[in-house]
Amino acid sequence: MSKYNQLDYLDELEAEAIHILREVAGQFERPALLFSGGKDSITLVRLAEKAFRPGKFPFPLVHIDTGHNFIETIEYRDAMVKRLGERLIVGNVQDSIDQGKVVEQKGKNASRNPLQTVTLLDTIAAHKFDACIGGARRDEEKARAKERIFSVRDEFGQWDPKRQRPELWNIYNGKIHKGENVRVFPISNWTELDVWNYIRREKIELPSIYFAHERDTIVRNGQLMAASPVLNMDEDDIIERRTVRFRTVGDMTCTAAVASDAFLIDDIIDEISESKISERGARIDDKVSEAAMEDRKKGGYF
Amino acid sequence: MDILKFITAGSVDDGKSTLIGRLLYDSDSILADQLEALHSSNRKNDDGSIDLAILTDGLKAEREQGITIDVAYKYFQTEKRKFIIADTPGHIQYTRNMVTGASNANLAIILIDARKGVIEQTIRHSFLVALLGIEQVVVCINKMDMVDYSEDVYNNILKDYNTLAGKVGLKNVHPIPVSALKGDNIVNNSDNMGWYKGESLLHFLETIDVSVDNSTEHARLPIQWVIRPQTEELHDYRGYAGRVSSGSFKVNDKVTVLPSGFKSTITKIELLDKEPEEALAGMSVTVHLKDEIDISRGDLLVNSSYQPEVSQLIEADLCWMDTRALDTTHTYFIQHNSKVTRCKIQETLYKVNINTLEKEQSDDFRLNDIGRIIIKTADPLAFDRYQDNKANGGAIIIDSRTNVTVGAVMLRNVAD
Repeated sequence: MSKYNQLDYLDELEAEAIHILREVAGQFERPALLFSGGKDSITLVRLAEKAFRPGKFPFPLVHIDTGHNFIETIEYRDAMVKRLGERLIVGNVQDSIDQGKVVEQKGKNASRNPLQTVTLLDTIAAHKFDACIGGARRDEEKARAKERIFSVRDEFGQWDPKRQRPELWNIYNGKIHKGENVRVFPISNWTELDVWNYIRREKIELPSIYFAHERDTIVRNGQLMAASPVLNMDEDDIIERRTVRFRTVGDMTCTAAVASDAFLIDDIIDEISESKISERGARIDDKVSEAAMEDRKKGGYF
Repeated sequence: MDILKFITAGSVDDGKSTLIGRLLYDSDSILADQLEALHSSNRKNDDGSIDLAILTDGLKAEREQGITIDVAYKYFQTEKRKFIIADTPGHIQYTRNMVTGASNANLAIILIDARKGVIEQTIRHSFLVALLGIEQVVVCINKMDMVDYSEDVYNNILKDYNTLAGKVGLKNVHPIPVSALKGDNIVNNSDNMGWYKGESLLHFLETIDVSVDNSTEHARLPIQWVIRPQTEELHDYRGYAGRVSSGSFKVNDKVTVLPSGFKSTITKIELLDKEPEEALAGMSVTVHLKDEIDISRGDLLVNSSYQPEVSQLIEADLCWMDTRALDTTHTYFIQHNSKVTRCKIQETLYKVNINTLEKEQSDDFRLNDIGRIIIKTADPLAFDRYQDNKANGGAIIIDSRTNVTVGAVMLRNVAD
């Protein structure tokens, strides 16, 4: 071993994320890991195994379920929790609707995606979570590019981009007042390609919808959407069977598919390396305005 | 493939955001939908070309005011390397943001406007880069297109800059004449400056050596978490988890726990199902020791042959980062690696005027002020001199009233 040696980039990113997860464990009383069923939070789970095994995770997994998830995601989630032997807490958007706390959107582009912020904040309050670990990355979107790894939210879950704490070296300040909580992003510095390369290296299993498959789809605003009972459709919508895959896994109402023949992870990595549409480009919720993500984050969104 | 983390110091007027935009744009790191957003934006350059600065200005207020407020992180990759850019604001009121971005960088790009040469801001940026211990500095003399690509202009600025570099103590300075707006010497060598025989900026960034020192002299492992499953089959399992901050540890190394001073030997190094023989700087691992000794979060594991200083009274450089001024009568927290303890700023030795580098006697530390202090801590800190070992020499001050990070501390030596 030479005196000077630089870690490979995946090892470095992994080590940074494990360090952050252990800081959460060390600094907070009641942390939680927000699990969406997407590849980023699945990566977080593997990193948590590296950080804490053979011990238990020092936090439960929390899933905010809109009720509009892909069935494959839910099946994957339940199988994973069983394998891990860890605790899962589910916050249901349907409950928030039933309690009259949020109102279901109407019209063609109706989605429960914006409603989940309320369920998330209620779940955080009910379980008194002081830190929530999430899989957001800075390369996803330009407001996220400016967010700290330890991102403090006030009592209302709000992010104030102008009052962020300085974050130096790898020292994370998790001190908060009662009622506040911290959102923690251990894979902030990973890119989409890094996540895929890591999943390949670690041989991590993913929900099947990430890989090319046949599905009934419609074209909406120039994007491919999965035809499903939760998507409001009318006679103008033409259902067509296509070979597609999903680059992100959100709600069925707001996650667009891409036409793809990538059946294997190697195909996906090739596809992304060559692709000219960024990942969040397939998320309709970001397209509303130039400041869409910043506004949602200020309101408590992840 | 490894990662290079760099900051860009300069202001919007120097074309800093344009430079970053140009690196991303010319290295094909902008994706189609981002490009579409760029083209559809109302902001354009005077000649109608797209304004590359939009790529880095992320917050609403920044777009409205045309300035960079906070650190924005950008990621790109070439065949040789991955890059993380911390795009930091250049104005003096955002000094703390620049310090934040600089704390994690291996390299700094300092931008100079060829029409203006070395100005007050260049002095400030160079001082901060030296203070934060960034090893490599690229001086981009920008807007060469506006001075007719003149070699004389370039050489005169370089002469001034070398004097400055000597004064603030920067060693590895690499100058490059560029035009970010036109793309000269950014990715490819420019035909407009045949007199420049050096590398283009991107080529330099791809090839500069920034590898870390893994020698045992600096072996430091801050303990973050103790893994104790306490199950039937793992009844006696006791693993100490942390990230090697510098140097390296091997199985059978004799180690000391600080500040307690307990000694033991490493019996095993773990990373989930792997058992590496050696834990290198930057690796997150779990170590096992021969003896059952009291170790908890906040302790520092070091190689017994090479121990750091351990003290409660430490001389340090301080950058104040809060709008509420430093109060020498108040008790703050100091966080150093995984350790948090109470502290007081016992004495202020001097403050530096970071535009002129003059020292002045003052205990009035306000937002963005930088100077030398003596800090007194409730528990002893096991630390190295920041300029020798950044990873074990940096600490933050937290205000116990607001919980906000209010100061960056570069530890120096035990105070007399």
